[in-house]
Amino acid sequence: MKDIITVSGLTKRFGTFTAVDGVDMSIPPQTVYGFLGPNGSGKTTAIRMMCGLLQPTAGKIEVLGMNIPEQTEQIRRQVGYMTQKFSMYGDLSVYQNMRFMARIMGVYGRGMEQRIAHLLERFKLDTFSRRSAGSLSGGQKRRLALAASVIHKPKLLLLDEPTSEVDPNTRREFWDELFVMCEAGTTILVTTHLMDEAERCHHLAIINEGCKVADGTPTDLKSGIGADICQVQGPDISELRSVFSGEKRILATARIGMAIRVITEKGVEPGCQWLSTFLADYQVSVEPAEPSIEDVFVMATRDNRGAEQG
Amino acid sequence: MNALIASFIRIMAVCSKEMIHLVHDRLTFGMVVMIPLFQLVLFGYTINTDVRNVPAGIVDQVNNSFTRKLIGDLQASQVVDFTKVANTPRELETLIRNGEVNAGIIIPHDVEKRYYSGEGDIAQILVDGSDTTLASAVRALSSFPFSPDQTISNRSRAGSFSVRLLYNPERRSSLFTVPGLLGVILTMTMIMFTSIAIVRERERGNMELLITTPVRNLELMVGKITPYVGIGLIQVSVILFLGVLLFRVPVVGKLPQVYAACLLFILANLTLGLMISTLVKNQLAAMQMSFFLLLPSILLSGFMFPFVAMPKIAQQIAEVLPLTHFLRIIRGIILREEPMSQMMSDITFLALFALVFLIISTIRFSKRLE
Repeated sequence: MKDIITVSGLTKRFGTFTAVDGVDMSIPPQTVYGFLGPNGSGKTTAIRMMCGLLQPTAGKIEVLGMNIPEQTEQIRRQVGYMTQKFSMYGDLSVYQNMRFMARIMGVYGRGMEQRIAHLLERFKLDTFSRRSAGSLSGGQKRRLALAASVIHKPKLLLLDEPTSEVDPNTRREFWDELFVMCEAGTTILVTTHLMDEAERCHHLAIINEGCKVADGTPTDLKSGIGADICQVQGPDISELRSVFSGEKRILATARIGMAIRVITEKGVEPGCQWLSTFLADYQVSVEPAEPSIEDVFVMATRDNRGAEQG
Repeated sequence: MNALIASFIRIMAVCSKEMIHLVHDRLTFGMVVMIPLFQLVLFGYTINTDVRNVPAGIVDQVNNSFTRKLIGDLQASQVVDFTKVANTPRELETLIRNGEVNAGIIIPHDVEKRYYSGEGDIAQILVDGSDTTLASAVRALSSFPFSPDQTISNRSRAGSFSVRLLYNPERRSSLFTVPGLLGVILTMTMIMFTSIAIVRERERGNMELLITTPVRNLELMVGKITPYVGIGLIQVSVILFLGVLLFRVPVVGKLPQVYAACLLFILANLTLGLMISTLVKNQLAAMQMSFFLLLPSILLSGFMFPFVAMPKIAQQIAEVLPLTHFLRIIRGIILREEPMSQMMSDITFLALFALVFLIISTIRFSKRLE
């Protein structure tokens, strides 16, 4: 089956600042595709170009087999978009917001009431339907925005940091819904800077400073990290910070509770074995650990920084 | 056909959404009624070129039946109201300077001799010149005809006092002001309401969602202004009702014409407001821009100053303002019962104005974030 989104050489410049720099990617149907990157990396700009909100400076975007910007209006009928900032009308009730979006998106008549009722129930908003959208909790607002963005049963759903501001339980439920929709045939592109969200995606693209720096399934990305991850524990770990600094084979460290997570460069000798000898003078234990998406993210964004400095 | 229905439903969706906003926005909703109410009452009563009961003082150096008759006649003119008595001219000047009175009359010892000899002024009038309208009203007293004895009217001397104001007590400027206010209030509120209409969506972040939907520019524009047409007509009704009630403005019988003219004018202002909304970045700028347009409308349209008395350049500027044309139409209808056919050029101007600005704002409003 044909890819839902194909992007090549996508570039967006604001004045002298390049927000998105030559991104290529393709999203197969029925995938939850994650766009992982730090704040200000160009994720939102990229997603906005894919729904025609911004005009690319250069590059090609094909969505659902149609071109942006020429066929933007047709594309809009089949794409659902959920903004990062809550963009429903705060002074309208939940139901009024849904009705507005339904009519705008071309859902009306008897089908409209049924569709709204169904979505409100499915997203557990039926009891709030008369409440003003502005008075909802963070999680409820997100559910409303999601319900509104799928009112017209879009083939493609673009979600810009959908659950950055909600608690883990709400996030979990939200993602369950996404997978239900995905299995029902919707393709979903979601931007995030949260590792647990990234981990759930079928496929991930890591974007840093406007460039795509890594691409693959979470499992592939982790196994192909190109580094050894070690967990260092023991009474002396607080002294290690200065020991690590300046050591070339140590790529990144992070203090996690009682342990330090060390990303070491691959070599002939396995990283953790080398680290163990390197730290022989200290009362610490060194054990290999499984790479996480965070490690992948740190590695991917680190490479870019190194390249820029060099 | 289906596309047309879908388009109509999108317009109605925007329109009903706007109405819900309006109902929720108590401040704006209150302004719909309160602006016409306050302005009409305030301006209707205060923009009044008939000056009456100017507080005045008297220096009477004679104090006999002749002078009492003179003072009585002046008081009866209603232009001045003698509230203070001073002993010397200097004392009167002090009273004026202190603002206790705005004018005064000094009657000299030889007032009777001056009167019967027919030479020179019989008395001196002092007036505070800082308020020119007031001063000119009092100055008009200088040719006030006075006769100490009703029977010998042929001897009355018209050396100084004019009776123009006195014999025209019904000179009601409100009749002229109320139709003008109709235009000023509509200009003010209609431009203001729509100038924030689009920029507000942008500010609150709703625009990002709205422009990813299939709603077309023209649909959005039409849907947005439609509720305000209703609002404008409500305002017209409030103003006309008060105008009839408080100022006895004769509109009954001409209502269809008045409403038709107002509708056209409302559309012109709404589309102008819409255009502002596509130009500015935030609500504050929209407000500033509205006021920037409001001022020349008030000053140059003929609402404040007679149009014909303005310099040529001001008249030319005024010709592009919708209010100028509306005032001609509405005053023609209400005050002179002018037939509609006489006002075709003004009517055409307003219709074209509305159309052109609707098109400009539709083109200017781009469905992108940049």
